[in-house]
Amino acid sequence: MALLSAVTSLANPSRFAAFAERLTPWLIGVTAVVFAVALYLALVVAPADYQQGETVRIMFIHVPSAWLAMFAYTLMAIASLGVLIWRHPIADVSAKAAAPLGAAFTFLALATGSLWGKPMWGTWWVWDARLTSFLILFIMYLGLMALRSAIEEPSRAAKACAILTLVGSVNIPIIKFSVDWWNTLHQPASVIRAGRPTMDPSILWPLLIAAVAFTLLFTTLHLVGMRTELLRRRARTLRLTAAASAPSALAAEPAE
Amino acid sequence: MPSPLSAVLSRDLALARGGGAGLGVVFFLLVVTVTPFAVGPDLPLLGRIGPAILWLGALLATLLGLDRLLQADHEDGGLDLMHLAPAPLELVVAAKILAHWLTTGVPLVVAAPLFAVMLDVGPQTSLKVAASLLLGTPALACLGAVGAALTVGLRRGGLLVPVLILPLAIPVLIFGVAASDPARDGFGPLGVLAGLALGYAVLGPVAAAAALRLLRD
Repeated sequence: MALLSAVTSLANPSRFAAFAERLTPWLIGVTAVVFAVALYLALVVAPADYQQGETVRIMFIHVPSAWLAMFAYTLMAIASLGVLIWRHPIADVSAKAAAPLGAAFTFLALATGSLWGKPMWGTWWVWDARLTSFLILFIMYLGLMALRSAIEEPSRAAKACAILTLVGSVNIPIIKFSVDWWNTLHQPASVIRAGRPTMDPSILWPLLIAAVAFTLLFTTLHLVGMRTELLRRRARTLRLTAAASAPSALAAEPAE
Repeated sequence: MPSPLSAVLSRDLALARGGGAGLGVVFFLLVVTVTPFAVGPDLPLLGRIGPAILWLGALLATLLGLDRLLQADHEDGGLDLMHLAPAPLELVVAAKILAHWLTTGVPLVVAAPLFAVMLDVGPQTSLKVAASLLLGTPALACLGAVGAALTVGLRRGGLLVPVLILPLAIPVLIFGVAASDPARDGFGPLGVLAGLALGYAVLGPVAAAAALRLLRD
């Protein structure tokens, strides 16, 4: 019960900002340590693939980025429900801060995939199903950011982006299915599947630790982004109140 | 006294008779016209990619025309009256989409076999293209209505609607082009296209009405 009230008290924006400020240095430290371990495991400990050689190490960047690209959209969809159902300001701050991060991780997954594809498939880009789905996801992130920047008032932008995010989340499985049907060349999912993973533990463990490191990085960046957004909104409110009180002072002058 | 929905439908059809509805077909014709300039006047090649060109042209013509779906009503205050109308907003939006499709989508479907002749697409294939467009353009119109509702009242709304909606329209394009494929027999892709159209016919008006309600000043 105490834990629950501690969590719900964070719904207050200024309390959330203070909490985020205290948590940020710790998160940065933990992220740096886990990243160092993950990179050591990925670049030194993990064996080179018998077919792909050293290029297989791109996977330790590529796969966690791809997971986070999808995780960010899921987070935005949940936050959008928060915007539309509870009209909560923190939910929109979270959705807004997650969009550029999701776009960045999607871009990272596409770019590393392209670098990996050159030695493996012999070309920088192939129109295979997964690559194409991720390109569409990237464009959807850009569209969401464009819609937000086109609407000046934050509360209207919040609702519009929430609706678009939810319409997109209904559509993503349909897009995924149709693009898979259209063409497939990429290897199927090999970590999460029924039964045992097809990956050797010597590669699987560094990959999972890299995924934890990337998730921590996302959490840190998201928290800092949310705090910046809260400050930006407070500054906007202050500017608006200052602007609202200024004309009345001007208007008072001619009356004298 | 007519029901609110038939009133919206007949009003929009009457407004479309005033002009502007043919512009989509002209744009469609332009896409078909400029493609040979881009790929060369090679008729066998054009015949092979013809269904894809026709689908791209129809897709762009449908989406680019959609910013007018609600914008005019927003400007003249008609949208506020629709909020107050005795019919649910979802159905009013659906009636508006239907009127929009009848005046802009159906001409595209009718024009497609005609333009197919110019691209040397065989009669069998051009009928398939027309059939797939007949199912696909309502799906595109319903999806596009969401974009139109989200950007209503924005000054820079024009290019935003296609940017928001084109990624979501990719399944319709994939199955539309597959259904026009002359080498493919049977009704599989056409069936999926019909399913998409039915799904978007529910999703589109509901999401667009929600957007209109939430974004009302």
